[in-house]
Amino acid sequence: MTKGARLVVEKNETVAVRSSDDVVRVRQAVRARAIEVGFGIVDQTKLVTAASEIARNTVDYGGGGTLRIEIVREGVRRGVQLTFSDNGPGISDIKAAMTDGYTSGSGLGLGLSGAKRLSNEFSIESAPGKGTTVTLARWKL
Amino acid sequence: MAEIPVLKIGDCLLVSIQVDMHDRLAMELQDDLTNRIVSERARGVMIDISALEVVDSFIGRMLNNIAAMSRVLDAVTVVVGMRPAVAITLVELGLSLTGVRTALNVDKGLDLIRKAIDDQGGAFGRREE
Repeated sequence: MTKGARLVVEKNETVAVRSSDDVVRVRQAVRARAIEVGFGIVDQTKLVTAASEIARNTVDYGGGGTLRIEIVREGVRRGVQLTFSDNGPGISDIKAAMTDGYTSGSGLGLGLSGAKRLSNEFSIESAPGKGTTVTLARWKL
Repeated sequence: MAEIPVLKIGDCLLVSIQVDMHDRLAMELQDDLTNRIVSERARGVMIDISALEVVDSFIGRMLNNIAAMSRVLDAVTVVVGMRPAVAITLVELGLSLTGVRTALNVDKGLDLIRKAIDDQGGAFGRREE
């Protein structure tokens, strides 16, 4: 996720993402870090909403997992990086999963694509049987 | 976690969401409101989300569902008090809540419900009092 300057992790914590209650806790934890980095209310809301979408995917499709929340610095800019990992069934067609309106469940199919739009950086690693890791970051500009 | 109270004011139901909603609570509210529309013979439903700091696709879907169900039950739903940051985020998320009427605050929301009920009145007649 770096380009040029070295990515320094100033702080990190890990949160369990196993239940619907954990999704609420994820929102609160991410909000706290976003405030710590100095995000304005719109940036906070975008990051927290993106986190909520991916956290729900981790619970509903990944069978639960973890979130690592990091405050990162790259050169002069700081941001919050979120890494969601699960050991679920994985995604066979990432391209389809990233498409607006695509869902393998009963949702609106906006989770992944919407979270990507709400993030400055977004990547997803997954394969059938290998679980899924979603990494996203938002910078304080 | 406590459930969300639904208040009856005249022929309207008022819900003010004051907690960060987990998904089960959102589903309960959806079911509760749908039942109350019928049992209270409500013509309007107002949902105040001014305290909500996040509306993600799940909560957005709940709002859409409530609006659709109340429409089928001959009631009008208005969502009021959305925070600017939430509105910006919802649109970027790709959720424009096309089926949901919105108003800036409770007063404007009540006006909208009243007007919608009056407009509908002629088409199928009013619900018996």
